[in-house]
Amino acid sequence: MTTLLSVAPREETATATLTRGDDHAQTARARRASGHRRARRSRVAYLYVAPAFLVFAIFLGVPIAQTVQYSFYDWNGLGAATWAGIDNYLRVFQDPQLRDSFGHAVVLMFFYAALPVAIGLFLTALISRSHQMRSMSFYRTVLFLPQVIASVVVATIWVAIYSQNGLVNEVLRAVGLADLARVWLGDYDTALFAIGLVGTWLNIGLCLVLFLSGVGNIPPELFEAVRLDGAGRVREFTAITLPALRGQIAVALTLTVVSALKTFDLVYITTRGGPGNSTTVPAFEAYNRAFNTGQVGLASAVAVVLTIVIVLLTIAISRIEPKDVE
Amino acid sequence: MTSTRTVFVRGAAVAALGAVFALTACAPGGSGPATSASLGPVSKDVAAAGDVTLTVWDQNTDGGIADAQTQLNEAFMKQYPNVKIERTAQSFADLKTTLKLALSSNTPPDVVQANQGYPDMGAFVEAGMLRPMGDYADLYDWNSYYPEGLLKQNSFSSDGKQWQGDTLYGVSQTGELVGVYYSKKLLAQLGLAVPATLADLESDMEKAKAAGILPLAFGNLEKSPGIHLFGVTQAAAAGSTAVNDLVAGTSGAWTDAPTVEAAQDVADWASKGYLTAGANGISRDDALTSFSSGGALFDINGTWQQQTLATAMGDDVGFVALDSTEGTPATTGGQGLAWAITSKSAHPDVAAAYIDFITNAKAAQVLLDTGNLPTVLPADYAPKDGTLAADIATQYRAVQGANGLVPYLDYSTPTFYDTLTAAVQDLVAGKATPEQFTETLQADYSTFQSSK
Repeated sequence: MTTLLSVAPREETATATLTRGDDHAQTARARRASGHRRARRSRVAYLYVAPAFLVFAIFLGVPIAQTVQYSFYDWNGLGAATWAGIDNYLRVFQDPQLRDSFGHAVVLMFFYAALPVAIGLFLTALISRSHQMRSMSFYRTVLFLPQVIASVVVATIWVAIYSQNGLVNEVLRAVGLADLARVWLGDYDTALFAIGLVGTWLNIGLCLVLFLSGVGNIPPELFEAVRLDGAGRVREFTAITLPALRGQIAVALTLTVVSALKTFDLVYITTRGGPGNSTTVPAFEAYNRAFNTGQVGLASAVAVVLTIVIVLLTIAISRIEPKDVE
Repeated sequence: MTSTRTVFVRGAAVAALGAVFALTACAPGGSGPATSASLGPVSKDVAAAGDVTLTVWDQNTDGGIADAQTQLNEAFMKQYPNVKIERTAQSFADLKTTLKLALSSNTPPDVVQANQGYPDMGAFVEAGMLRPMGDYADLYDWNSYYPEGLLKQNSFSSDGKQWQGDTLYGVSQTGELVGVYYSKKLLAQLGLAVPATLADLESDMEKAKAAGILPLAFGNLEKSPGIHLFGVTQAAAAGSTAVNDLVAGTSGAWTDAPTVEAAQDVADWASKGYLTAGANGISRDDALTSFSSGGALFDINGTWQQQTLATAMGDDVGFVALDSTEGTPATTGGQGLAWAITSKSAHPDVAAAYIDFITNAKAAQVLLDTGNLPTVLPADYAPKDGTLAADIATQYRAVQGANGLVPYLDYSTPTFYDTLTAAVQDLVAGKATPEQFTETLQADYSTFQSSK
């Protein structure tokens, strides 16, 4: 929850930086000048925030507090709960299955975040020159489509693609690589990667659309200038495009890293954590332990740790962002 | 960026404040088992209850059993016009996850279908959510209608700590048996006899493999089929008494020799290619289809597939429950989910009358007519020889007569379903040795036993 809240303002600042950087500096100076008036006004400002805050407190604050509370108890969801202290938290780190689930999330982060951002940047470099193409908005829509389709549908489609006689295996057989054909989601060595690649496919479009809109904000004169200076494509990309996209990259990383850590639906539908426990992820463990195996306390502890990890990573990623108040 | 951080800090502060507030409040959950308040006198008189709305939560959602339930509900409301049944039907998995919350509410359903064993019924009983039904068993004479073993599966100690204890908490509507389906055509083609023991099954599979026929169709993508494969093997290797005691937690260990042997068998079958290749990635339905279309000699599955297989294969399919080393049939099975009354129900008499109505001998006929296997087969029920229905009826009576029913192994502990299904996937994939497999099960088991 916290992450969503944190993402929203960042996205705005990120896209706004390039165009409104100067205004920011000015307002900052103005603020310092009128400290007194501001103090009085800010008290009134709280009133404006109050309704939103109330909704937040009731529908997010209370459940979060409750989850934190549960995490200190040993409770099966039905009977009496017994105080467990930090036992549940110790178990999150000691139980090999839970520890593994966080390990899997790290692997997924590579597929969900690193890979799509890298591919997205590469594609941006390729496309940005033909960016004025008339059908661009059509391609943008197509690339963004995976983000719009319900994840249950996405997962079901990929189960079919990865199955014994699915698309992947048919293609392998057609090109004479029948030996490589396997049930990708049922194989210990490939299941996690198979899920990860679905994430890559999902997130490339998101990254690309973000980056392309960022490139659109770069004044064309800059490109003209470097070209006149005789810079090639690579130099143009590293000197102009990449620095200008810092904000977009931060946003893309935040969204994709969070989506990697929150992965639940894909795993729930494709493997249910199997084969064995090779594709379990923290969110799946939290759900399963709370609602199926009656370990509400432990599930809450997993959820709390997951939230903390997400918050910390979000803060770390935000350091990439260009500083706006300096 | 600064603003972002402030949001964090404020959010964290609020959360911490809330947490402190909550922590100083009372612990989550109820106050433990309800004190066994004296239950009032019971009566069969439904009409006397006046206008009653009976809420029922069940999992009879597909095929024949859905038809049967609709018919029975209509018949009940016709017989007792003062009762209106409000039914919520959902799949097994959905019911399993939502029932806990529903039972925790102040107005739980009157009648629910609760899964047997420690994870569900045990937890419900421990929390005092189900009404003991011993008095109704006397009233409706369930004790002489049902075999004792089946009633035991629906019983717990009144604190919910001991399965198969002295208090009855429900009765079941349908019977179930997991056994070996075989293709008569392929058996004849290979010149083999119907297997009667685990050794027979193994030698049949060896010959099938040699002849280039897939011995056993096995799809384990959903993870739960692993319970059936291992359960049937373990029951045949260890015998029903030993496995029953083990699941009930009265004696034995998962590392006992016969269980390790059963694990060794399953591992061997996988490594010798007796099971469908890549079974962990094949769905249960795909495996069943490959069997029913003549692609495999055997399929280990439940009697609930009777209708599907009879439709696809006609009289070409047979069903057998293997004999254990004790010489009598022993296999996974038992009965459908137990129909229970919640302790907060305001109309226990009506609820009990309803449960009796949908489970008694008359209901058994309705169930048979709709293609289901009732808990107790009517004595005069005799389907035509050579049909799958006849096989199943014969085997069901034989297993019940020999007290050979072994409960589903996941009843053992609240987390056993996850532990066992993941472990079977590991075993089949060769990721765990039979010894490691049984040690994994034992670790979960002993943790739960010591926590009771």
